[in-house]
Amino acid sequence: MQGVLLGGQYALLACGLSLIFGVMRIVNLAHGVLAVLAAYLTLVLVQQGLPLWLATVVVVPLFAALGYAVQRGLFNPALAQVGRDPADGPRGAGELAPLLVSFGVAVALTNLLQEVFSADTRTIPTGGLASAGLPVGSLSVGVLPLLTLAVAASVIATVQLLLARTSTGRAMRAVADDAGAAAMTGVDPRHMYAVATALAFATLGLAGVFVGMSTQFSPGYGELVLLFAFEAVIIGGLGSLWGTLAGGMVLGLAQTIGAQTDPQSGVLAGHLVFLAVLVVRPGGLMPRSVQE
Amino acid sequence: MNVLDVTGLEVRYGDLTAVDGVSLSVAEGETLAVLGANGAGKSTLLAALAGTHLPTSGSVLLDGEPVTRVPAHRRVRRGIALVPEGRRVFGSLTVEENLLMGRWPKRPGPWDLRAVYEMFPLVAEMRDRRGGVLSGGQQQAVAIGRALLANPRVLLLDEVSLGLAPTVVAQLYDAVRRITASGTTALVVEQDLDQALRVADRVQCLLGGRTVLEAPAAGLDRDTVADAYFGITHPPPKWNATRPEERWTGSTPACRECCSAGSTPCWPAACR
Repeated sequence: MQGVLLGGQYALLACGLSLIFGVMRIVNLAHGVLAVLAAYLTLVLVQQGLPLWLATVVVVPLFAALGYAVQRGLFNPALAQVGRDPADGPRGAGELAPLLVSFGVAVALTNLLQEVFSADTRTIPTGGLASAGLPVGSLSVGVLPLLTLAVAASVIATVQLLLARTSTGRAMRAVADDAGAAAMTGVDPRHMYAVATALAFATLGLAGVFVGMSTQFSPGYGELVLLFAFEAVIIGGLGSLWGTLAGGMVLGLAQTIGAQTDPQSGVLAGHLVFLAVLVVRPGGLMPRSVQE
Repeated sequence: MNVLDVTGLEVRYGDLTAVDGVSLSVAEGETLAVLGANGAGKSTLLAALAGTHLPTSGSVLLDGEPVTRVPAHRRVRRGIALVPEGRRVFGSLTVEENLLMGRWPKRPGPWDLRAVYEMFPLVAEMRDRRGGVLSGGQQQAVAIGRALLANPRVLLLDEVSLGLAPTVVAQLYDAVRRITASGTTALVVEQDLDQALRVADRVQCLLGGRTVLEAPAAGLDRDTVADAYFGITHPPPKWNATRPEERWTGSTPACRECCSAGSTPCWPAACR
């Protein structure tokens, strides 16, 4: 039970990573530290006296805007450099440049956060929400993890619905299929990539808030966040959003069960499951792309 | 006024000049066929017209307005829609979603989903299938439908026949004929001279990126062209033909013969 709830958090974190990969085939290494940035931003806003919900409402659109800017300003030029200008078609020339750019962002941002906030661990005050529990039979289930799971599921459902049902979502899938052909139908691939990243960053901002509420975080915490999110994505199958939710659950379960046997080995158990999935099913448990 | 006016177009790929000073014009309601062998610069010309590969010099006017350097996605909104070589249907989108992508520019006009489904009944039956599982001919129909849904001022068709069986090609060109007959202005790039002549009002032949022949299609009959100007009684047989009567029809376009190196030099006068 606890594992499934923990999985909710991982899934929420991984959603944006999965979306960016699904649409653009970019692995965003700055994903983790950006989540931590969202947590810090929320923390600052809450310390300024804003209620938590309002801080979240501010941070999420801010992150969407940041996502749009990062894509237009950093990732699109990087894609163009490896001959994958979204405006002209066939891709696969190389994934390294955008990967390196995101790595640079991750390193720089981690250090910047350290400068500004020091390396001390913090947590977003939740006014008792983090420790509240709901009695379910003989068990007591944490309200916050339950909320996280519900939010994760609804975020993934919303994004999935958006991709499947709206014309923007359709265009996004078309761009993922063949950016050049999408341009021929009138879609600006550079803009559509940026919209996808904005959406991913919005979910990432939200995930950051939840991470900040449930754990002690520091600037370096981003690495762990990235690792877990990445594992959730891989276990679930790259680019598949429902797979990502499942992947988060599997990872959460593995870590919780591992921690039952030995408190120190929870994270290790998660990594081992990740490795096992990679060996047995390299495509992930639900190997589909975002399009499905 | 001409829908499309192209003057002195030059397109390069690095050091290679693929299109070398081509001029052409397409009048309202007219269908122009651009013919030529592989590497003659036909597809590059279309890429420059559609905005997917920008020219180094020359100008492209759409309804008198310059669009020479307008990127592809904005050019569609202005009214130039391309059916690309190799069809490039979105594999993971359903047929209907593929067609709806054509509606992205939201240009008003006679073409809507229903009109496209009436034009291609087979496509209508497949509307919920994914683009990737369709046969080549079905994909080509979807690609044509997708471009039509943009309600273009001019429809660019690049090698509709490429990699398709002769009967399928004939069916597709039946549809193209109906489309152009209904008043859609079109520019057809094709290697299959027979099919091109079925739909074209005028023919322009390229060799090495230059125009070597311009003629009204009505006076051009492939056999006459071949017999009269190149002394070829029969074009070479189709490589995969099984029935004898197939061997001599619709195979190598006369223009390719005309334009291929080593044969009689091809001048506009020689082809007329």
